[in-house]
Amino acid sequence: MEATSTCPSYSARDYKSEVKPVWCPGCGDYSVLGSITKALAELSIPPERVALVSGIGCSSRLPAYTNVFGFHGVHGRALPIATGIKVSRPELTVIASGGDGDGFSIGGNHFMHACRRNVDMTYIVMDNEVYGMTKGQASPTTAPDWEKSKLTPQGTGINPFHPLVIALAAGANFIARGFSGDQNGTAKLITEAIRHPGFSFVQLLSPCVTFRPEQRDWKDMVHPAAVDPTDDPARAARRLMSDDGFNVGVLFRGSRKPFQPGQPASVDSVADLEKEFVL
Amino acid sequence: MNTTTLDTAPTTEKRPAPQLMLCEGNEAAALGVALARPDMVAVYPITPQTSLVEKLAKLIADGRMDADIVDAEGEHSVLSVLQGGALAGARTYTATCGPGLAFMFEPYFRTSGMRLPLVMTIVTRDGITPQSVWGGHQDAMTVREAGWIQMYCETVQEVLDTTVMAFRLAEHHDVMLPVNVCLDGNYLSYGTSRIEMPDQAEVDDFMGHKDVNWHVALDPLRPMAVDPLTGGSGGNGPETFVRYRRGQCAGMKNALHVITEMHEDWARRFGEAHRFAPLVEEYRLDDAEYAIMTLGSMTGAAKDAVDEARAAGEKVGLIKIKTFSPFPVEALQHALRGVRALGVVDRSVNFRWNCGPMFQETLGVLYRLGRQVPAQSFIGGLAGADLTVTTFHRVIDETRALLERAPSDEPVWLNAKD
Repeated sequence: MEATSTCPSYSARDYKSEVKPVWCPGCGDYSVLGSITKALAELSIPPERVALVSGIGCSSRLPAYTNVFGFHGVHGRALPIATGIKVSRPELTVIASGGDGDGFSIGGNHFMHACRRNVDMTYIVMDNEVYGMTKGQASPTTAPDWEKSKLTPQGTGINPFHPLVIALAAGANFIARGFSGDQNGTAKLITEAIRHPGFSFVQLLSPCVTFRPEQRDWKDMVHPAAVDPTDDPARAARRLMSDDGFNVGVLFRGSRKPFQPGQPASVDSVADLEKEFVL
Repeated sequence: MNTTTLDTAPTTEKRPAPQLMLCEGNEAAALGVALARPDMVAVYPITPQTSLVEKLAKLIADGRMDADIVDAEGEHSVLSVLQGGALAGARTYTATCGPGLAFMFEPYFRTSGMRLPLVMTIVTRDGITPQSVWGGHQDAMTVREAGWIQMYCETVQEVLDTTVMAFRLAEHHDVMLPVNVCLDGNYLSYGTSRIEMPDQAEVDDFMGHKDVNWHVALDPLRPMAVDPLTGGSGGNGPETFVRYRRGQCAGMKNALHVITEMHEDWARRFGEAHRFAPLVEEYRLDDAEYAIMTLGSMTGAAKDAVDEARAAGEKVGLIKIKTFSPFPVEALQHALRGVRALGVVDRSVNFRWNCGPMFQETLGVLYRLGRQVPAQSFIGGLAGADLTVTTFHRVIDETRALLERAPSDEPVWLNAKD
């Protein structure tokens, strides 16, 4: 997917739609949208060669804000839908995006099996440790003693989910963590995730300024990973188990062969596609 | 609950002044749940249901309700958790809507097969796609073949009262079926209204002895496995299967008289503010030549339109369906006795018949009437669209026209831009 002399060049703006986001002012997801469009511009992938699939939630509104192929899917099911797209059209760059509720709670099962299946796609989770769209309930990544949710006013009392460790254990081929406040750094992570073969998982710490205003402090807490990424799962596991959750960078680069059944599709250009629709 | 208390003397004179409150439909549902004293609730937020389960969480956290609460990872888990709870003898409750109900469908269907007396509020929301978080009846209507009892409410008070009654209904030995209390998303869920809180001690007496899972023998000397795989056609599998289905249908049929007796008992205990038609409400029908039929919160605006039409000399009445499942065939036959034209307003779509689901169910009742009644399907209020008094005047006008001409095979799409 490297830019070549035959590809036109694109700017981030070429991937944005006219639809104005309805996110709260200050939401981290604005910046993530910018990072994704910057990454696509950096890779010079024509918008019609990208499919962006989401589930349900604040961050899952993202496909409408781009002008690539997008689908606002079923709650928690972005990954199976993305798998179907990639398997039937392997030449597309497929990105699934959503939040921690969509991906780890109602869709937690699919997260594990998408890592295991290792289809060549990128999964971007905007993690704000809260269900934002239903107005502030604890998610699987919420600390057990967070008492601000009306649904769990005494805290959840249950152990938070550790998405990176689970991704590694389940077989994800690329694992990274970023921070929405660093738009360029996050764009680089997403670029690398898309380039890396197989299932790439990128956790983006993306503050919810409405229901988790304390997350504004994340900008002072994130720090670059102190070590280079490893391709050794055991080493990555030791690092991930002991990290503080604010370690930003590529944390694991695997070498598993991606899953892709069948033959590549025959259609390979917009011109060919348009021929099929000539009336 | 085998015994009903129809022989209880009216207590009007001794009744203390009711506690008055102002609350939303979702809050009323939660207060009704608390009055019924469930042992376990499982929750997952979804618009427009969220404030209901948040209120339950608060009641529990504040010590006003003694129930275990499980904050599950999705609706499928919510209902599965409750199945476990009910099998273990707990009185159980949850609420959901729209896509959440769709996600629940696998355990939803099994709940009635296992005769588990769960109560679940559906804060009705239209079916997606297209994506919408707004009200409509498509969610509840879509699951109407799954063996649950479904009652639709018109007002916030009816939400509260029906919620309490739902537990006694579900657990009644002649019924033993799960119950949905349906309240319109947005209109009733967030609509604020004055209510009278029933007295807890009187509710406790109404509910009687808690006896949730009498059909599952919790005998420590004789553990039993519930719902093992039934065999194929070579064995007794199909026979067992038919026995289950017939039992479910019998429970449904019994529910009609249990619902009626229960509503009467409830009104007798708590007063006229708590009197609701159990199956079918007949409004200004006595000398009506034609009638319109409604479900849920739209009924308020429809009654206003009927009143205005009556004032203008129209002989129009209204039929409100409260209990949709089991379908109140006899009660509806009674309501339709003098009606010569009928307009049925649905907030959902029956794709098979190109009409509204309540309209299609009513056709069966018209057949049983044994006379031709021209009937027209109206579909409106989809995805939160308003059904106003003006809308119902149109329904009344088009229904009156059926006295002169044949109805259309096409539904009338209210709120449509042609």
